[in-house]
Amino acid sequence: MTFINYASREINCKIVYYGPGLCGKTTNLQWIYEKTNPNAKGKLISLATETDRTLFFDFLPLELGTVRGFKTRFHLYTVPGQVFYDASRKLILKGVDGVIFVADSQVERMDANVEAIDNLIVNLKSQGYDLLNIPYILQLNKRDLPNVATVDEMRKALSRKTPPEPVIEACAARGTGVFETLKGVAKLVLADLTKTS
Amino acid sequence: MAAPDIVMYEEEFNQIKGIIAKLRVDANSKVVFLVDKNGQQIAAHGEIEHLDTTSLASLTAGNVAATDGLARLIGEKEFSILFHEGEKDNIHISIVASRVILVVIFDERSSLGLVRLRVKKASEELNRVFSNIMAKVEKERANVGTTFESPFAEITDEDIDSLFS
Ligand SMILES: Nc1nc2c(ncn2[C@@H]2O[C@H](COP(=O)(O)OP(=O)(O)OP(=O)(O)O)[C@@H](O)[C@H]2O)c(=O)[nH]1
Ligand SMILES: [Mg+2]
Repeated sequence: MTFINYASREINCKIVYYGPGLCGKTTNLQWIYEKTNPNAKGKLISLATETDRTLFFDFLPLELGTVRGFKTRFHLYTVPGQVFYDASRKLILKGVDGVIFVADSQVERMDANVEAIDNLIVNLKSQGYDLLNIPYILQLNKRDLPNVATVDEMRKALSRKTPPEPVIEACAARGTGVFETLKGVAKLVLADLTKTS
Repeated sequence: MAAPDIVMYEEEFNQIKGIIAKLRVDANSKVVFLVDKNGQQIAAHGEIEHLDTTSLASLTAGNVAATDGLARLIGEKEFSILFHEGEKDNIHISIVASRVILVVIFDERSSLGLVRLRVKKASEELNRVFSNIMAKVEKERANVGTTFESPFAEITDEDIDSLFS
């Protein structure tokens, strides 16, 4: 649910990073936080367990600048990837404007990726959204590891849209592809505003 | 898109700011702010210079969402009021017009009873303003089949790149 304030000429969008446990959602946000100009970002809030697993969400507000005379803010959230936190994942999808699915490229995580995408589709539906209509990017993370599936294999297993969603290779731990992913979804979200009504 | 967007116009925005400013005084409180259920701040008033209102907004929405989830689990529709008591400061959270969250922060200069009373009155006024807004949005949508005018109709790669530069 984009929030447009014509009085103060502001627009706020909510972006959610989704994906299986340990795929690198929080790492994406941490990189963005570290590399963003201090006056363009707020605090990075992480509601996490003692072992740094996301418990409820991470939150990073970005105030990026002006497009067409509107001050543009993006609120980035991650969900907890561990299967048993499903109720929390559902809550965080409320009012979402765009989704980034962070897939773990390691071969042994492919089942977990598939399960998480199916879960995303179900949870979007429970909030009244359809993956097919929502601004959406597929990020293939951890490309630096030796035991990864090929991009083709991953597309085949994880792509859900026609025409296919944008796919971006990344190594969030080193920042590769992180901003590219965010820009990709930002563009889809802003462009989507024209169609929402 | 499933939920209608919240759109804020000058007239209603000023009314809202007026209502929460008055509530702050009437309730003898430190801060009053209004957040949508997704954690976006709508308006804030009071001693907010040293307050991270963006984080406050997001955590408040998370708190309300989690509590709503709890309510449904035990068969309640919602818990319409949340209250957190601290050593010095307290937070009173309530839902207005079923879509926005009204937060009042107060200390020993006020009391829960007073805050509750004043919040109730302000909520009625806010309810009215938000139903006006929704009516306006609906009207605008219905207008001559034109789609709701977006300022981003032809956004370009350059626009996006300039945001992240
Ligand atoms: N090698 C490698 N490791 C990564 C990469 N991205 C993240 N990691 C590591 O993967 C682990 C988990 O990352 P997180 O960002 O906490 O994962 P998450 O998706 O937030 O996990 P949950 O909060 O449990 O859902 C950390 O040790 C990261 O350093 C990457 O691109 N390459
Ligand atoms: Mg995490």
